[in-house]
Amino acid sequence: MNALAVLGDEALHLTPSLWAVVWLIVWGPLLLGLVALYFPPHRMLTAAAAYLPVMAATGWLVATIAVSGPRHASLSLGELTLTWYLDGLAILLLLLTQTVLMASAVFAVGYCRTAELPSRPAAWLWPLLGGLSSGLTLIWIAADLLSLYVGLELMGLCAVALMLLPGEAEALAAGMRYLLYALVGSLAWLLGVSLLLGAWGRLDLAGLAAVAEPGAVTTLAVALLSAGLLLKASIFPLHAWLAPVHGAAWIPVSAVHAALVIKASFVILLKLWLLLAPGQMAAAWLLGGLGSLAVLWGGILAWRAQGLKELVAFSTVGQLGYLMLAFPLLIGTSEAVAALAWRGTWLHLAGHALAKAAMFMAVGSLVLSTGRSKLVELAGTSRRLPLPLLVFGLAAVTLMGLPPSAGFTAKWLLLQAAIRGEQWLWIGVLVLGTMLTAAYLFRMFRHSFDEQAPHLTYRRLPLGMDMMALLLALAALALGLVADWPLELLWPWGGRT
Amino acid sequence: MSGAWLPVATLATSLLAATLIFALPERAWLARTSLNLGAALIKLGLVGWMIWGLHRGLEYAVEFPVAAGVSFVLRADALGIMFAGLSSLLWLFTTLYAIGYLEDSPNRKRFFGFFSLCVASTLGISLAGNLFTFLIFYEMLTLSTYPLVVHRGTRKALAAGSVYLRYTLSGGLALLLGVVSLHVLAGDIRFGEREILADLGAEWYPILVGLFVVMILGLGVKTALVPLHGWLPRAMVAPAPVSALLHAVAVVKAGAFGIVRLVYDVYGIELSYQLWLLHGLVAISALTILYASLRALAQQELKARLAFSTVSQVSYIVLGVGLFGPLSTVAALSHLLHQGLMKATLFFCAGNYAEELGIHRIDELDGAGWRMPLTSLAFTVGALGMIGLPPTVGFISKWYLGLGAVEAGMPWLIAVLAASSLLNAAYFLPILQRLWFRPGPAHGQGEWPDERRLGRLETSGWLLWPTLATAAFSLLAGFLASMPFSPLEWATRVASQEYLL
Repeated sequence: MNALAVLGDEALHLTPSLWAVVWLIVWGPLLLGLVALYFPPHRMLTAAAAYLPVMAATGWLVATIAVSGPRHASLSLGELTLTWYLDGLAILLLLLTQTVLMASAVFAVGYCRTAELPSRPAAWLWPLLGGLSSGLTLIWIAADLLSLYVGLELMGLCAVALMLLPGEAEALAAGMRYLLYALVGSLAWLLGVSLLLGAWGRLDLAGLAAVAEPGAVTTLAVALLSAGLLLKASIFPLHAWLAPVHGAAWIPVSAVHAALVIKASFVILLKLWLLLAPGQMAAAWLLGGLGSLAVLWGGILAWRAQGLKELVAFSTVGQLGYLMLAFPLLIGTSEAVAALAWRGTWLHLAGHALAKAAMFMAVGSLVLSTGRSKLVELAGTSRRLPLPLLVFGLAAVTLMGLPPSAGFTAKWLLLQAAIRGEQWLWIGVLVLGTMLTAAYLFRMFRHSFDEQAPHLTYRRLPLGMDMMALLLALAALALGLVADWPLELLWPWGGRT
Repeated sequence: MSGAWLPVATLATSLLAATLIFALPERAWLARTSLNLGAALIKLGLVGWMIWGLHRGLEYAVEFPVAAGVSFVLRADALGIMFAGLSSLLWLFTTLYAIGYLEDSPNRKRFFGFFSLCVASTLGISLAGNLFTFLIFYEMLTLSTYPLVVHRGTRKALAAGSVYLRYTLSGGLALLLGVVSLHVLAGDIRFGEREILADLGAEWYPILVGLFVVMILGLGVKTALVPLHGWLPRAMVAPAPVSALLHAVAVVKAGAFGIVRLVYDVYGIELSYQLWLLHGLVAISALTILYASLRALAQQELKARLAFSTVSQVSYIVLGVGLFGPLSTVAALSHLLHQGLMKATLFFCAGNYAEELGIHRIDELDGAGWRMPLTSLAFTVGALGMIGLPPTVGFISKWYLGLGAVEAGMPWLIAVLAASSLLNAAYFLPILQRLWFRPGPAHGQGEWPDERRLGRLETSGWLLWPTLATAAFSLLAGFLASMPFSPLEWATRVASQEYLL
């Protein structure tokens, strides 16, 4: 049975109290951000406290949906009907998003203060982060192409604006390029959507999955939608814009962007393929192949990177490649294989989001504290900056997929899926990717453990910044051991029972 | 189960110690030291409690699901608790030693934090109840030892660290692949549940052999089986307590223990024998024993010679596993403990010579026995044990190995053992001769390379007492071999379980 087919069931409608909670989660961060535009927070504790209601609402929503099952809601706007669907996947992504956003926002308070950012652009950070959060939340719960479009555009424009905030030439160039790519991606998306609307007369995913038949129109539409999303998700070979953007942006912005924003495009892509292209095995293998190349090429670029931020950004390109393995492992495979791959993919996504945000924050601490941004210049830092390095190390454990971490458990599941599905190629990709990741991440320690380097001068940073990063890194580790509970919520999933 | 908290508490002791040590400031010497020693003592007590409980027939197990079809399992069984006992005993002495050794050196917080993590991983390895859990701690061990290997931060140390990682991470990946494939084939295999793989049927045997080879490649890296041993001599740049830990308990033993688990508790001894896997183990371990002994003979640095000696000695364990029969099992398991005690002693002694007198090369040891009699006595005990002279513990291991070889119908292996003993003698006796019978600076001829006079005794008490304690334990394990709870007696108990005697 198609999980989205339950949408007609009245009993599973959102209750008014749940509606209120969902609205709070969607618009609360944006409101908070607007308040902060005029009254920017100066203490990390203030930011954390202000965000607490949103976190509490998220927790309550997660608990309710986990206990009582998926809910849906719709809103009629004249001819158009917006459909929202809250299942296990949506609430877990919500929880992940709010956790990363809260940690990043708290980190950002300390960052703005210690990096002495100009106050006007820095104040705009808050509403834009809020808008980003709203866009992401909309994407996670949207069940029709129009809602998805609204979420995608809100998120994308906020992300571009965040990238432009530093105002330096480098940031402007990278940000404008990002804007151009985002617009091209949106254009492709709109074309795809109008093709589907013209051919089948509806935009809700469940309905489309039911009525759309394979054919030239559907294929073209899915291809257009996919091209736009692949560009936005910076999937190889469309990844070139990512590293300059991350290199120039402020650290909390990079953290949120790498952890959540590019994942959003991947999530939509996967949902669309499972619903609209369930039998396209050859195309799925093509996507898997692109992912494999991303793993290898991203790894090599990260290995050769001189700058710290660059290294972390290229690492994102490689890690997204693992996610693309979901397509060949989910599409056209047996039930057992798909179940393993489904869990492995989401676990990897969550682990990477937490670890990558933590790693960006650790890098931010290192760069702010030493004033240096190249790997070789950080020689000997381990004596003076143990905490950021520890965070970097813990995040690295997840990214390398070493135990105990979400990355490891995810790799365990993906390997198992590949063996069961007899798709041997991906085993090689996972193994090579692990080696490459270890190779480029341990370069950091090779330099920082060097005791014979000249000593740098260090600035003291607020402890709270490092604690936020540590929190995320530890969450990524812990998720590897207690993965059973969240993974059970993912079942039943979008495509099958 | 009533005793579920014990394995968890034992593991948590070291993990908590590591966390607190990381949280303490670098200057807090007293707090860190008390924390270190307190945790070591508590852990030793908890392990002792579990040993007593197992003796009375209690069970200690705890588990929870991690992801689809796989669980995290901690379970204390007779075999695992042997290794746990060794690691907690040696952790205490190595910690004491390291406190003295690293006096006034930088980065002690980092060192002791990762030191505790390393011991936590070793304990996890010994208490792991299935391959998945084993793998988790096996990789944790790799990660937690890296900062210890590169601790000095010199170019040489950093290069050694890179080599170490290259070997161990590749090995870990091989092991992961093997374990995942076995999981797909046979589900979550718990240690101590027999015959699962044998029940798969003959058509799977070629694949099982292939997976065994892949996993031995993974475990062989840490066990330092030739030709996968290259990282070990290089890792000698680490501080002496780290070397003692790597060689006696943590890394090489984790590999050897993994091989023991794989043969006895995953494949089962009958199936391994039937598939000719044991023959392969015998061949590779015999090769390692002889090759590494020859290489040891050629080393002029004291620590390098000890390193190659480790490569050779650890393969006795693998040889014992490879021989089919309860006597060789007894030899393998008791050697797991015996070698740990002896090797820790030897590395402590090497560290003492280096710290007190600045001696690193063997030809600088002339007459050192008269300057540092207690250390040299301990060294002599360890060296004679390695050669296998009665009544030391080394003799017991070799005796049972010889009996096992005959029992398994491979009497030619006695020639290998004899040759290895001769080689051991050839590379240890000259050191003893230099220590005791050559005139040196102690007799007024020449000078020590870098004499430091660290304490009222021949060297600092922190360095001396742990050395003497491990030497005494290795002597006692030999003298009291037939007493209850001796390594030999406990190994016999495990062997009788394996073979259902």
